[in-house]
Amino acid sequence: MTNGRSPSAAPILQGVPPLQPAPEGDGRHQAVQRDASRFDSRLGPRARMGTVFHLVCLLATLVGIVALGALLYDVIATGSGRLTWAFLNGFPSRFAARAGMKPALIGSLWTLGLTAVIAFPLGVGTAIWLEEYAPASRLRTIVEANIANLAGVPSIVYGMLGLAVFVRYFAMGRSILAGALTLALLILPVIIIASQEAIKAVPNSIRLGAYALGSTRWEAVRHHVLPLALPGILTGTILALSRAIGEAAPLIVVGALAFVPFVPGSPMDPFTVVPIQVFNWVSRPQAEFRELAAAASIVLLVLLLSMNAVAIVLRNRFSRRNQQ
Amino acid sequence: MAHADSAARRERAARMHVNLGRRHRNERFIGAALFLCSAVSILTTAGIVAVLLYESSSFFRRVSVVEFLTGRQWTPMFTDQAFGVLPLLTGSVLIAIGAALVALPIGLAAAIYLSEYAQDPVRKVLKPLLEILAGIPTVVYGFFALTFVTPIIRSIWPGAEVYNALSASIVVGIMIIPMVSSLSEDAMSAVPRSLREGAYALGATKYEVATRTVVPAALSGIVASFILAVSRAIGETMIVTIAAGGQANLTLNPLRSVQTMTAYIAQTATGELAHGTVEYQTIFAVGLALFAITLGMNIISIFVLKRFREVYE
Repeated sequence: MTNGRSPSAAPILQGVPPLQPAPEGDGRHQAVQRDASRFDSRLGPRARMGTVFHLVCLLATLVGIVALGALLYDVIATGSGRLTWAFLNGFPSRFAARAGMKPALIGSLWTLGLTAVIAFPLGVGTAIWLEEYAPASRLRTIVEANIANLAGVPSIVYGMLGLAVFVRYFAMGRSILAGALTLALLILPVIIIASQEAIKAVPNSIRLGAYALGSTRWEAVRHHVLPLALPGILTGTILALSRAIGEAAPLIVVGALAFVPFVPGSPMDPFTVVPIQVFNWVSRPQAEFRELAAAASIVLLVLLLSMNAVAIVLRNRFSRRNQQ
Repeated sequence: MAHADSAARRERAARMHVNLGRRHRNERFIGAALFLCSAVSILTTAGIVAVLLYESSSFFRRVSVVEFLTGRQWTPMFTDQAFGVLPLLTGSVLIAIGAALVALPIGLAAAIYLSEYAQDPVRKVLKPLLEILAGIPTVVYGFFALTFVTPIIRSIWPGAEVYNALSASIVVGIMIIPMVSSLSEDAMSAVPRSLREGAYALGATKYEVATRTVVPAALSGIVASFILAVSRAIGETMIVTIAAGGQANLTLNPLRSVQTMTAYIAQTATGELAHGTVEYQTIFAVGLALFAITLGMNIISIFVLKRFREVYE
């Protein structure tokens, strides 16, 4: 390994005997000297390694994005031909040519609306309690740890909770209401955590100002903290709801039906949703039904995209206001 | 005029005094109502545990726990019934291992790229694009697995079954990439600049700073993200239900069809599920096993995060 670079190290080692074959155990100086004389920064290979690593990391990032592109291409190329008004406005059928997704679409909107109405107040209420009311106690720690754990419970387990409690114990049957309650519990942790973040971001001086003017705690929260935190809370809620609209597993267990030849008219009606309709169609072997599944997936993705767009607009307004 | 003014003010002041009592009562009421909201999340956990234990207790009266955990056959629908959960468990583990092999290296490398290499404008484009992956509904992933990935796999290995574990686990892996990359990147961004600059001052290259300073310093967050992502892969339902099939095979061959715990629950629940039947009881027993596994992993990830965290100010 000794090579032409060693002379450059020599001036540093002045006063040290020159490199000679030394007897065993001749002390530290010589070891240092030998190491220094052999020192090679190997800048070339290290730089090359860096470039390779940079490229590998970039490629890894692109793998995810290429997969996303392939997925969108697959869905759009397969399904766009089936995407007609008759499909959006039609009823399911044994014949692919006549099948439509209107009951699933209306069912999804019903479920989404009810889920929002149930989960929003509960989630925001919990966040307010945790951030503004709860004393720094064991109870609060337990509630927070519990929420973190709930966020990691598989969605299908929520479906089993819904099946045993809402469908059977409260005898709601396989209704929209039972499905919406199940989804509300599923997305509750997401809404709570997002709302907590939004409430935490409100500066404390605002609360103190309200108290100085004689507000009670609730008045400070209601008139000052909540309005400032609202865009953040709404963003989190919309993102949570966009998770709910794509969920199929818990609703399958709760008992949403695959074949619903009517438009649900009340929360107690049986129902289906778009993801379950997609699942039903993709499970059939015929290619025509796969095309229907892709077309319904496009509708689902468009719904999701528009919800995310609303969330992004809200978030941008939020961050601009905070900068002022 | 001045007299009337002060009278009005006195009246207002008097009313305000009365209001204070009402406002304080309100305050107590609101505090209690908000606490009740929080109680819902506690009740949810309690409900999940109670439902799973209660509904599976009648199953375990019929089938012993030992038979459930060690049996190598899962055929509850056949006349020759067998209730060994091992085929479902290996199905879930096989999918999770495959997904981890895809998502952990790719997610970590993407996190390193986003945190250490990417210029700000590039990052602002790539990161949201990657996070879109986390928002795609799982049925759409299932469709993608069955109609896009499976044909590719079958053209490479003609022996692969139509429903196979490999296709599902690749797509589950793609789904959890953003989970690994986002959480790991957060952990790496939290490593203070002074650490990086110290390494640069000692002559390290960017690659060495990234792999020998930043990654070790953020290791607790990275490991926690790995565990959470694998736990998500085990709990994932629709992709495996659509693409991995419905046969409870005890196999480690990724080209064969497997049934995971989640897929068993979903496929069994798709049919009419009458209360009190064996099918009804089995899904809760399998659900209990699933819940125990994911809960254990989540607790480990929280423990890792707390115990091994390097705290910087």
